[in-house]
Amino acid sequence: MSILVIAEHDNAHLKTATLNAVAAAVKLGSEIHLLVAGSGCDAVAEQAAAVAGVAKVKVADAAHYADQTAENLAALIHAHAGGYSHILAAATSNGKNTLPRVAALLDVAQISDIIAVEDADTFVRPIYAGNALATVKSADAVKVITVRTTGFDPVSAVGGSATIETLASASDQGQARLIGREITKSARPELGAAKVIISGGRALGSGEAYRQLLEPLADKLGAALGASRAAVDAGFVPNDYQVGQTGKIVAPQLYIAIGISGAIQHLAGMKDSKVIVAINKDPDAPIFQVADYGLVADLFQVIPELTAAL
Amino acid sequence: MKVLVPIKRVVDFNVKVRVKADGSGIDLANVKMAMNPFDEIAVEEAVRQKEAGVVTEVVAVSCGVAACQETLRTALALGADRGVLVETDAELQPLAVAKLLKAIVGKEAPQLVILGKQAIDDDANQTGQMLAALLGWSQATFASKVVIDAAAGHVTVTREIDGGLETLELKLPAVVTTDLRLNEPRYATLPNIMKAKKKPLETLKPEDLGVDVSPRLTTLKVVEPPKRTAGVRVADVAQLIDKLKNEAKVIP
Repeated sequence: MSILVIAEHDNAHLKTATLNAVAAAVKLGSEIHLLVAGSGCDAVAEQAAAVAGVAKVKVADAAHYADQTAENLAALIHAHAGGYSHILAAATSNGKNTLPRVAALLDVAQISDIIAVEDADTFVRPIYAGNALATVKSADAVKVITVRTTGFDPVSAVGGSATIETLASASDQGQARLIGREITKSARPELGAAKVIISGGRALGSGEAYRQLLEPLADKLGAALGASRAAVDAGFVPNDYQVGQTGKIVAPQLYIAIGISGAIQHLAGMKDSKVIVAINKDPDAPIFQVADYGLVADLFQVIPELTAAL
Repeated sequence: MKVLVPIKRVVDFNVKVRVKADGSGIDLANVKMAMNPFDEIAVEEAVRQKEAGVVTEVVAVSCGVAACQETLRTALALGADRGVLVETDAELQPLAVAKLLKAIVGKEAPQLVILGKQAIDDDANQTGQMLAALLGWSQATFASKVVIDAAAGHVTVTREIDGGLETLELKLPAVVTTDLRLNEPRYATLPNIMKAKKKPLETLKPEDLGVDVSPRLTTLKVVEPPKRTAGVRVADVAQLIDKLKNEAKVIP
């Protein structure tokens, strides 16, 4: 039995989250196949073939896979699920959208957001916003799993030499049509993949202050920009900046929380960061309880200082 | 058009949960329970669509212990018309709930099912997608805007995805799961809480629906996550930069 990992991509580039999902698959110890379903996605197939540890890349290229709609992807994965003991995807918005659908079609459970593999049937996953870790064992013949990317260090994107096979497409389900996408354009790294994240909270007071203070600092450090839910709710930044249980789960090398009090909800999204810095003028803010380095100060004064000193 | 709103009774979001000392699960004794916040958003959305004249009836359904009646009464106080309780003391996992809901959909024939994207207890984020798969319906998860065009037979949903937003047009019937920004749920007023007590609430058993709810996953243990300990306070920016460069070595 082999393992099928669903590649995350935009028809041109393989997303790095796939490398974390493959890393989880490596721990299961069987042959790994990567499924690339897309439209005009040859470049992705070639990138997938270079991923370390992957034996085969299976490509389903059809117009109705271009937009990664769950109905069509799930039908395809279901049709080709035979022979696989495990089906994995990164717990991205795509993975979370599609894999439960696959599991239901196979009449098996889905195991969400695993952060560790104990053995081929047993996995660890956070519950209650990360306030507890559950070890769960599956009794199903096929394990359908989403992988929390921060739980597994990515495998190398190069060095592999998988064979590429063409897969028959399933028919177009014709149920959902993409009207449009508004993807935030940014020269900065993606939140999920950034080594350094600068995150701002409500204490910044306005979207203007957020941009004026945090963007120059992020430029200096080559960092991604994030925010607390309070800052998102206050309208300083769009929702896709949100770090937390209901936003992105991140674990960069360095996470700088600026004017963020540290609600449980927020901590659940960043507490696995390697080094956490908190800058807040309230010495009792809960964020200081998880920070490696805390600076009690007025952010409007120290952030420009910090930016200038770097 | 009829809308079905599945809701889950969970630990209130304000409660700091504790792991049981024997590692068997979360201590739920005497803990305040409430409607899953994402499901509250789903109820609100269905009720607003009814107030806008798009939807004719809102049916709330909950699967679980007898106390889920309270959760259903809350939904009725928020504006749902009827409640259905699928009562069982068995542990229900998402696939089982999706199967129960499929059976309820078979009885009620709604054109739209709208529910929370995930429950804040097991954080599974599966039930809506599984229900859509079992029914062979289209789905839109993580909705931040829902526009129903019943006459044209479709619903247009804006979804929160990694990096931004996406808008899908789905053929009805469909399943929609809610994200945080879809709306801000109202509070139940006292007169509406009183009125909710008189609204119809039907109780069924999984056996009545012919659904096997046996769990597929066994929880072997539940532990607290490793605690992060507080580090040091630095006096100023210069000391912070020094620590980051020379101690943590995370900046060059």
